[in-house]
Amino acid sequence: MADVLAFVEQREGQIGGGAREVVSVAAQLASEIGGLASALVLGGPGLTSAAEGLSTAGATSVAVAEHEALSEYNPEAYLPVVVNHLRSGNFKALIFSASSLGKDLAPRVAAALDVPLGSDVTGMEVQDGVPLFTRPVYSGKAFTRFSIDADPVIVTIRPNVFPVGDYDSKIQVSKFIPDVDSETWCVRVIERKGAAGGVVDVSEAAVVVSGGRGLKDPENWRVLEELRDVIGPGTALGASRAVVDSGWRPHAEQVGQTGKTVAPKLYIAVGISGAVQHLAGMRTSQTIVAVNRDPDAPIFSMADYGIVGDLFEVLPRMTEAIKALKSED
Amino acid sequence: MNVIICIKRVPDTETHIRVDQTGTDIDTGGVKYIISPYDEFAIEAGLRVKENMEGGEVGLLTVGNSEAQETLRSGLAMGADKATLLRADSYMDGLGIAKALAVELKDSDARLILFGVKAAGSDQQQVGPMVATLLGIPCVTEVSSFEFGEGVVTCQREIEGGIEVVEADLPAVLTITKGEYEPRYASLKGIMAAKRKPLEEREADFSHPGIHIERFSEPTTRGSGCILEDSPDAVAELVRLLREEANAL
Repeated sequence: MADVLAFVEQREGQIGGGAREVVSVAAQLASEIGGLASALVLGGPGLTSAAEGLSTAGATSVAVAEHEALSEYNPEAYLPVVVNHLRSGNFKALIFSASSLGKDLAPRVAAALDVPLGSDVTGMEVQDGVPLFTRPVYSGKAFTRFSIDADPVIVTIRPNVFPVGDYDSKIQVSKFIPDVDSETWCVRVIERKGAAGGVVDVSEAAVVVSGGRGLKDPENWRVLEELRDVIGPGTALGASRAVVDSGWRPHAEQVGQTGKTVAPKLYIAVGISGAVQHLAGMRTSQTIVAVNRDPDAPIFSMADYGIVGDLFEVLPRMTEAIKALKSED
Repeated sequence: MNVIICIKRVPDTETHIRVDQTGTDIDTGGVKYIISPYDEFAIEAGLRVKENMEGGEVGLLTVGNSEAQETLRSGLAMGADKATLLRADSYMDGLGIAKALAVELKDSDARLILFGVKAAGSDQQQVGPMVATLLGIPCVTEVSSFEFGEGVVTCQREIEGGIEVVEADLPAVLTITKGEYEPRYASLKGIMAAKRKPLEEREADFSHPGIHIERFSEPTTRGSGCILEDSPDAVAELVRLLREEANAL
């Protein structure tokens, strides 16, 4: 029996949507290779009840490592727990999310086990029991399809791409308390400064409202903030490189080759001309809308919908129209 | 304090990527190569360490074919003191590259080993932390700025939903993201000086890749969309389409 392990993240004791995607991918792979999907989650005491919800994402068992020192991510704390758990079972594959935690931890696990890592995977197909993965390269200007000849196969999956399954299985939850000695750690988290409450990161948002040079001045961003606010929670602001380099917006909002790659349900590009490097960061969004006064702006070649016009006239009308729509819901 | 920056030669970010005849790699014809942009932040960070702390050398290291010498010279022109090319002519996956680098770095006296957070090509974002794990030294990723304390380096890290302040014992590996370290341009003097700086080439320790690329393909083009000229009805129509046709609202 070849099982698949899904590494599930928790934040403040809660397990989010990204984690469920990972479990669903593990469940899909497990069923194709004749095994079961199991989840592993590390956190502080009391995490066990949150883990039970993973049955509907496809896990038949979940191991919960509870220890005060694991409440927040520290690579030195998490690495040995993950490696030991992996070695304790018959896992042929290990799936992480390509979240900031996953991108930090997965390479360390792979190197510790002397196996390669397939990063930021956007597709998976199984042929004759062998998983074939697809991933973007050159910031999404090309894709590779590849297999990994290793035991275990380790991948990180791009968030917001794989569907979450809807299973109806019973889940076996087992809790264990690993040995954790924080005295041995060479890395210590001193402080965590969260974004303001309720602000979702652009790479996790379902809708992104993104602004570029066409906004002309940092003060004009309120036009985008108003649109973001009516679309609802789960909407984040994005930015082009030009406005980040000018100091108008923080790097955390930058979308593109030297920023984040995002795949939201809806990407609204406002006053962004669509440089190759920006397009690379958002081209896998499900629906792209562009508002720009230049009909030849490259962004329009990638947009599903758009309006050629003055964004200072179009945006307020969009905000009103969406506000009215939402109030009818 | 000696610093080493591991860099990668990648196609210029303006490049229009085409798949080659074999369908398993890019067509390199006419492609201009540069230092990966995030690696430039790392080089800048390394140069500032040298400038702020008297003494110490800034070395560059890369795994690549012999054309990567040109890439190393660009880094030397920015101000690095020496460079080493670990020559590899055939494909190695991230783990293989990490192992080749680790062999070279094992006996290094560098207290800080820097990487760009990812290479703008393969985009794997894995080699830095893999090297640290192989060397058994601490690693902090996505660092936007750092400073030194007694035997430690204190880093600002960008994560979803905010910033983390993380301290690591030295020697350490850091992967650098955009933030404090806007890279300097090489001066003409720097470019001339780079030609005389030491650049060594050695065979990289080769590992057979575990990742087998079956196919390289270009992305499917998105169909041409519905682009409206602004008019009194345009916004209402757009919102209707987003709700009813695209199911995006």
